[in-house]
Amino acid sequence: MEHTALELVELGAVFFGLGLLGRLAGRIGLSPIPLYLLGGLAFGTGGLIPLAGIEEFTSLASEVGVILLLLLLGLEYSAAELMTGMRRSWTAGIVDIVLNAAPGVAVALLLGWGPVGALVMAGVTYISSSGIIAKVLADLGRLGNRETPVVLSILVFEDLVMAVYLPILTAFLIGVGLVGGLTAVGVSVGVLAVVLLVALRYGRYVSLIVDSPDREVFLLKVLGLALLVAGFSAAMQVSAAVGAFLLGIAISGSTAENATKLLEPLRDLFAAVFFVVFGLNTDPTSIPPVLGWAVVLAVATSATKIATGWWAARRQGIGPLGRARAGAALVARGEFSIVIAGLAVSYNAVEPELAALATAYVLLMAVAGPVAARVVEPVARWTRARLVRTVPAQA
Amino acid sequence: MVNVEVTPLPGIGVRKDFALRDGRRLGVVTHRDGKLELIISKSDDPDACMAALSLSHDEAGALANLLGAPQLVAQLNDEQRDLPGLHTRQIPVSEGSPFDGRPLGETALRSRTGVSVVAVMRAGQAHPSPMPDFALTAGDLLVVVGTNEGLDSAVKILKRG
Repeated sequence: MEHTALELVELGAVFFGLGLLGRLAGRIGLSPIPLYLLGGLAFGTGGLIPLAGIEEFTSLASEVGVILLLLLLGLEYSAAELMTGMRRSWTAGIVDIVLNAAPGVAVALLLGWGPVGALVMAGVTYISSSGIIAKVLADLGRLGNRETPVVLSILVFEDLVMAVYLPILTAFLIGVGLVGGLTAVGVSVGVLAVVLLVALRYGRYVSLIVDSPDREVFLLKVLGLALLVAGFSAAMQVSAAVGAFLLGIAISGSTAENATKLLEPLRDLFAAVFFVVFGLNTDPTSIPPVLGWAVVLAVATSATKIATGWWAARRQGIGPLGRARAGAALVARGEFSIVIAGLAVSYNAVEPELAALATAYVLLMAVAGPVAARVVEPVARWTRARLVRTVPAQA
Repeated sequence: MVNVEVTPLPGIGVRKDFALRDGRRLGVVTHRDGKLELIISKSDDPDACMAALSLSHDEAGALANLLGAPQLVAQLNDEQRDLPGLHTRQIPVSEGSPFDGRPLGETALRSRTGVSVVAVMRAGQAHPSPMPDFALTAGDLLVVVGTNEGLDSAVKILKRG
């Protein structure tokens, strides 16, 4: 009894603390993710107060957190939206991949982390945080802006890329070599195609399996199916996250919307645990040595995302201010960078410094993203005014 | 005719807007969960929005009534130009009206004042020629045709019973 009491107190303290952190983040208009990570760093390995006794629960809960993060990422866009996104914005999508994966790859190779480390860092610096970005766009009243569809279609494309990238990443993390890796590429593209086809043609039936007018039944069925799919994919070495993600894509229409509404609070809870656990397992003393690299990456990948957004928005005939806004909106990285780093860590396939670098990087970018989105307009106006004043001949 | 542009916003909803004569865009963002946002673009930066107002269903309906009813009234007035003395007016069923929640027939407008209710505007939609069992609710706008005296007393009846 004594034992359970201590664990409950610890768990309660963790959740309550996270609640306070989340509130603080909301007050200053930031994403709570960096604060959760800091909370995790403060406790656990090498931190101020090691938490003991609740590891079993938190490690399972953080797995569930990853599954829910990816399930909801899959649910976010319908198969039809994904297909249109692919057709309309593949050029911008490819520019996005090339520009934003390159800095991660370069730094990983410079640090001698090898091809697997490079693949992991490519994902960490590539993937924008659709959660942070959607929230910032809504908060700033930019949903009606003309550059917003450009931003969203890049996010949609990144979503599709994740579906191909994650299986490949897991294959390499397990250590299958180049041939196995290429097979994984083929298999994952094939599986994604099948899932999209199923979602487009037979999405109703997939939805029918989980759908129910009763909220409770619906919640249990969706969550149960997600965990089942995730578990089976993990058993087949494709990583639980990928399975949940593909299930999310396959569920469509109003079922997907209702599922999102029901699962959001659960995701927020378990994802918070996931961020804390990631922070817990990262030794805070390992961060200062990689901090310089994190800053270099943060500066470089902010510039590359702004360039991506600028380029994509210009192609759609959007003015300079809108291009700057589109670029700055894309800067935020967050949950999925940590998911990717977490996957790499869980397979013990990368240097421990990678987790530290990813943590420091996300800490910077999750803060920099919303700030960039807010300050871009005044900065862009000021720059333009100065340009016009200094070069009146061209104005 | 205005040309309404429909733009899907993946993960969020749909944006429907059109260009005003001065080049600004006016429109609505419909969120997936049905929430509405009224948007109007800035004049110096047509890509950005000057305002994005969240509207509840009631508010959107009220706004639609305000915009839709005068047109209907103007149209009816136009048609009745040959009949001097006959006017069209929009009369609201306000909050606290005794007929909020009661059928139109109970107002007995025609027998008491001689006016005719030709349409009820609700949530931006015109319900033409409402029957006596048409249940009124606060926020409805009645489009009423009659003489000025008849219309004046109709206003009083709808307010106080």
